[in-house]
Amino acid sequence: MGLQATSFQDRKRKAINIAALGAVLGLAFLAAVPFVLVSGYILVKGIGSVDWAFFTELPKGPGETGGGMANAMAGTGVLVTMACLLGIPWGMATGIYLSEYGHGKTASILRFTVDLLTSVPSIIVGIFVYGLIVVHIGYSSYAGAAALAIIMLPIVARSTEEIMKLIPNSVREAGLALGLPRWKVILRILVPGCMGGLVTGFMLAIARVAGETAPLLFTAFGNQFYSTSLDQPIASLPVQIYNFAKSGFPDLVRQSWAGALVLVGLVFFLNFGTRSLLYLKNRKEIKS
Amino acid sequence: MTSSTGPILTVENLNAYFGDFHAVKGVNLEVQRNEVVSLIGPSGCGKSTFIRCLNRLHEEVPSANCEGRVLIEGQNIYAENADPVVVRRKVGMVFQKPNPFPGLSIFENVALGLKLAGITKKSVVTEIVEWSLRKSALWDEVKDSLSSPGLSLSGGQQQRLCLARTLAVKPPVILMDEPTSALDPISTAKIEELVMELKQEVTVVIVTHNMQQASRISDKTAFFLMGELMEFDETSALFTNPKNLKTEQYITGRFG
Ligand SMILES: Nc1ncnc2c1ncn2[C@@H]1O[C@H](COP(=O)(O)OP(=O)(O)O)[C@@H](O)[C@H]1O
Ligand SMILES: [Mg+2]
Repeated sequence: MGLQATSFQDRKRKAINIAALGAVLGLAFLAAVPFVLVSGYILVKGIGSVDWAFFTELPKGPGETGGGMANAMAGTGVLVTMACLLGIPWGMATGIYLSEYGHGKTASILRFTVDLLTSVPSIIVGIFVYGLIVVHIGYSSYAGAAALAIIMLPIVARSTEEIMKLIPNSVREAGLALGLPRWKVILRILVPGCMGGLVTGFMLAIARVAGETAPLLFTAFGNQFYSTSLDQPIASLPVQIYNFAKSGFPDLVRQSWAGALVLVGLVFFLNFGTRSLLYLKNRKEIKS
Repeated sequence: MTSSTGPILTVENLNAYFGDFHAVKGVNLEVQRNEVVSLIGPSGCGKSTFIRCLNRLHEEVPSANCEGRVLIEGQNIYAENADPVVVRRKVGMVFQKPNPFPGLSIFENVALGLKLAGITKKSVVTEIVEWSLRKSALWDEVKDSLSSPGLSLSGGQQQRLCLARTLAVKPPVILMDEPTSALDPISTAKIEELVMELKQEVTVVIVTHNMQQASRISDKTAFFLMGELMEFDETSALFTNPKNLKTEQYITGRFG
């Protein structure tokens, strides 16, 4: 008797194996389809309208043609920067606590709460900030940035925690054994030692909030010009896309496609750029 | 109060625990200035736990604690008002696996302890870094690449870098926990040579599971078994004429 698969059982097993592999492969490739279709569609619809004016001019009124979304891009820049100023230190502090001091029960509860915050729908965050800030000082950059910062918080916190935990404990002990207090070990050795990884987490959080619309509707609100004060409503790309798309005026709809393309491009490059930087950095470290 | 005569290190009735587990049991020991003392014993007998009590690193493990007295230059490091940070500046440590600081250059690895201890004058820092790297026999190999990452060095070089980092803050006592067990024979020989030179200036307590190493480099040797100090004597006496039956069985390879 040889070792060939001859019996019916053997052949059946082989057939099932091939079928299962085929199904898994097929579904895996299907997973790429939505991304390709969405980005392809936006590219086709938007590319014709992404011109110089789009980046430099303010929106024209309904019914007029021309103009751009310069105010929305500036607004998104302002909102995301302010959200980072609040959300990154806050999230980092939380992540550092969870990684470096988070042994006990309090920390487990905090970790769980942070995870829950990740799954709170962003529109709820918007309503929360509306009640907390907008009812007192009105629609403003402050309110918009606060909403985005709250959405960034759990992402930054958990990525910081995960990345700090990758540092071997022996590095902490080396720092302590040198006679450094724990906070100096954290701030001067651990954080700089994993800065690359931490920045990746920040970038992914930025990419996540740069496209948020719902929380900004209740907080930053939006307008048709450059905001000159942080306590006034401020435009943003996602909200402007939303408003233009539902306006019904053909030229505004056309511009909202362009806005969508720019936004997707921005988020894509944030993701892609961060990952390639990290890849190059890792490769350099392995080589040297 | 510090005294420059008498033992530099005195351990009195030291007990160490991990939760309920009693890892070090009532150890008493005295180390004189400029001695090299080896700790030997089968793995798991509490050697690492013991030396980590000597620089208060043991207590950094969650659930770990210890009791007893440890006097460094006459002062109890477990006294009510003793600060572990100050203790660790006096008692340096080199670990089993080389652990340079990630992301820092060779220079920065050595300089960091100085900077964070408040020595910031550039010329002084540079001088001490060079001194430390020379003392750890690494200077000639790295003097042209001080700005490359510490982690880019070979394992043996990394371990000497860790030694330089420890020397830079000039502790009078240095603990070493199997510093050569992850190294090749040539790097091991280098570290052993360094330890013997260092004893001009510092006192070294070194854990090793290599009995040849202990007999080559140490003045005195302590044999641990199941958390207890079984025997502590001049190295030559302990290896040639052990008083304890367990010591004899261990050094003749009958267990462990
Ligand atoms: N972090 C820890 N938690 C609980 N038990 C530990 C821990 N580290 C070591 N031990 C236990 O303490 C004993 C002594 O360990 P250790 O001091 O590392 O021994 P050695 O260095 O002599 O090999 C061993 O039984 C070990 O299992
Ligand atoms: Mg050990």
